[in-house]
Amino acid sequence: MEYSKKVMEHFTKPKNMGEIKNPDGIGTVGNPVCGDLMKITIKVSKNKKGKEVIKDVKFKTFGCAAAVATSSMVTELAKGKTLNEAEKITRNDVAESLEGLPPLKMHCSNLASDALKEAIKDYRKKKNK
Amino acid sequence: MKIYLDNAASTKVSKEVLEEMKPYFSKEYGNASSLHDFGQRAKKALEKSRRIIAESINAETEDIVFTSGGTESNNFALKGVAFANKEKGNHIITSSIEHDCVINSCRWLEKQGFKITYLPVDKDGFVSPEDVEKAITKKTILVSVMHANNEVGTIEPIKEIGRVCRKNNVYFHSDACQTYTKIPIDVQEMNIDLLTINSHKIHGPKGVGALYIRKGVRIEPLMHGGGHEFKKRSGTENIPGIVGFAKAVETAKKSDITHMTKLRDYLINEIEKRISEIILNGPKGEKRLCNNVNFSYRFIEGESILMRLNEKGVMVSTGSACSSNSLEASHVLLAMGRKHEDAHGSIRMSLSRDNTLEEIKYVVNQTEKTVSDLRKMSPLWNR
Repeated sequence: MEYSKKVMEHFTKPKNMGEIKNPDGIGTVGNPVCGDLMKITIKVSKNKKGKEVIKDVKFKTFGCAAAVATSSMVTELAKGKTLNEAEKITRNDVAESLEGLPPLKMHCSNLASDALKEAIKDYRKKKNK
Repeated sequence: MKIYLDNAASTKVSKEVLEEMKPYFSKEYGNASSLHDFGQRAKKALEKSRRIIAESINAETEDIVFTSGGTESNNFALKGVAFANKEKGNHIITSSIEHDCVINSCRWLEKQGFKITYLPVDKDGFVSPEDVEKAITKKTILVSVMHANNEVGTIEPIKEIGRVCRKNNVYFHSDACQTYTKIPIDVQEMNIDLLTINSHKIHGPKGVGALYIRKGVRIEPLMHGGGHEFKKRSGTENIPGIVGFAKAVETAKKSDITHMTKLRDYLINEIEKRISEIILNGPKGEKRLCNNVNFSYRFIEGESILMRLNEKGVMVSTGSACSSNSLEASHVLLAMGRKHEDAHGSIRMSLSRDNTLEEIKYVVNQTEKTVSDLRKMSPLWNR
């Protein structure tokens, strides 16, 4: 598979790999039957302006090199951002930051931004309970 | 360090083969159909090669037809026999774990009105000769079952299947791309009517193969033209390729098989000893092809394993959907009853006579580390 340098970097040395203990939000997307499963955990705190920001974020991924690299990249993009900003990260943003993905991988393995959105949704749901 | 463990995909052309081929590019470049000296020299090289290959499978020399490789030979066998025998019947029997070129030829034949039975296999990938016999009807014209599977190395009982076919007066074809020179083949004793073999899996060049067609088998050509290859396959013969193919056959040694078998068993044993939660795909022991190792590493995905190993200089292949253009997991592993997620985690390592124990030791270490690293990353792994 022909991957960009950036994809290989994030695949071989992924950032923020792991799971946050007692996370504020959890997002899981994908299905191992299809070959991809991603789990994103986040910790949320307020910044000086009183806005909710992603203080910490970690991922765990079952999947191909593209799945791992997009997971790693989305955590990098989300870290320190406000929830409103982080929610707006798209699949395309992730792919672009990775200097592109093979066309075949654009849909099936590019679920990381969805997992992040799920984690934020989960945080809000818990908060509003 | 580069360690090549994808020899079921293709092999390195050996020195002897390359040397043998060289003169036929720019010195002995005649067309084997020409009557002059250059042509006759090409013809002589062609016929010598044909003899070598025929003898290697106990066939008549004129029953060997050279082709462009395994895919063409399999297409030729299936479509050629189907169209030449459609007065007799329209039913073909094959297995559900054949190479894509057999499966997709069958699918195409279905569109032309032929009926195909895809026989199931057991958990180790074996086709049952009894199933073959039960599937044969009055309309059956051909049975095609591979000699050994390319992904999992299961050696099929083709001698027994050959006997069933002969008894029922049905043609028997076998795809021997993976086994040729690795397992002795005798087309007489095994009752084989058509046999696919090729060159680049045995340290010969790419782009050349052959189809053995027993005298009297009714077959339509796919290629029409100048009537080359006993009017069965037109097109100027690829003399350098054919000469290289024959040299590859001549230089295959019994000791190569012993060497590969030893490395295979070492690799299987070490991986089983050192890595937990794995499934060996295919059987153990003498029913397994001498150069095939295929494991599913549970809770992780094959393309990731492949790419990580590649970073460390180890080249392997996977049955994961993520590595295929179709985004479908290996049809072979699914037919053997593997779950999708386990098929995704499969890695094939296929050896050649050139691999060393040193290399295999390195591969075991790197595989252990890679699997452990990826499992730490997997949400399905909870230890």
